[in-house]
Amino acid sequence: MREGYHCNSNKPSDEYLIPLKLTWNPGALESPEVAYPAPQMEKYAFSDKPLSVYTGSFELVTKAKVSASAMPGQVIVTGKLRYQACTDRMCLTPKTIEVSVPIDLIK
Amino acid sequence: MITRSIAVCLVAVLAACTDYSASVRAAVKKEADRKPAPDFTLKDAEGKPVKLSDYRGKVVLLNFWATWCGPCKIEIPWFMEFEQQYKDKDFAVLGVSLDEDGWDAVKPYIASRKVNYRVVVGTEQVAQLYGEVDSLPTTFMIDREGRIAAVHIGLVSKNDYNHEILDLLGPPPSASLFTRPKQ
Repeated sequence: MREGYHCNSNKPSDEYLIPLKLTWNPGALESPEVAYPAPQMEKYAFSDKPLSVYTGSFELVTKAKVSASAMPGQVIVTGKLRYQACTDRMCLTPKTIEVSVPIDLIK
Repeated sequence: MITRSIAVCLVAVLAACTDYSASVRAAVKKEADRKPAPDFTLKDAEGKPVKLSDYRGKVVLLNFWATWCGPCKIEIPWFMEFEQQYKDKDFAVLGVSLDEDGWDAVKPYIASRKVNYRVVVGTEQVAQLYGEVDSLPTTFMIDREGRIAAVHIGLVSKNDYNHEILDLLGPPPSASLFTRPKQ
């Protein structure tokens, strides 16, 4: 995240806030499970209570099985990352970006 | 001694007025620099069409917001207060929600907060008319002639809004006693 910005964690503190969500498209990976890092609880001027957010750099780790039909070699897995970012004074509209990660499948 | 105290108070008030006037002028554009607010028609919670140009003659605080926007949440009680305080003085607040889920998200939100001003659900086209509103809150102060007098991106202080509203509404009738007659 750019300095001064935060995004909501995957489990925001308020029902109206938009969670961070990574989803993978069907393909070489089967039953992908995304492990979200522990959120930070930060207090902002616009909120009475601390909010569950991510700031700075953080990693989203996915564990998955390789599909039986996948062939060895490099494949590109694709998915979508949805997030909504704010500063302490304003929020950007929610974004959904395409993500693609090359992985090497070894027999 | 009493006379001296009163004199000191008056000087203090006048100094405050001078500061206020200067800061408001800085925020509100000069009339010659104001551009027409793009017109639009959107529906309110009851499905009634709301046309911006129907507000001509009123000062309008046009607020783009969303239920997921934390800073927007702070402003809502201020806007409710302004609506209550100035609604009989040719002033109105109009909230334009940019929630993707539309009324499903907006209706319970405004009901739970007892929002007393009109709210409509916006469209991408309307957001584009106002410069592709991408940051919320974004608020436009519109003068009686339907022109954009001030733009605020992000959270602004309640006092700043209040000063701008008062400036755009013009002086109260009693203040005209002090205006200089036209030559």
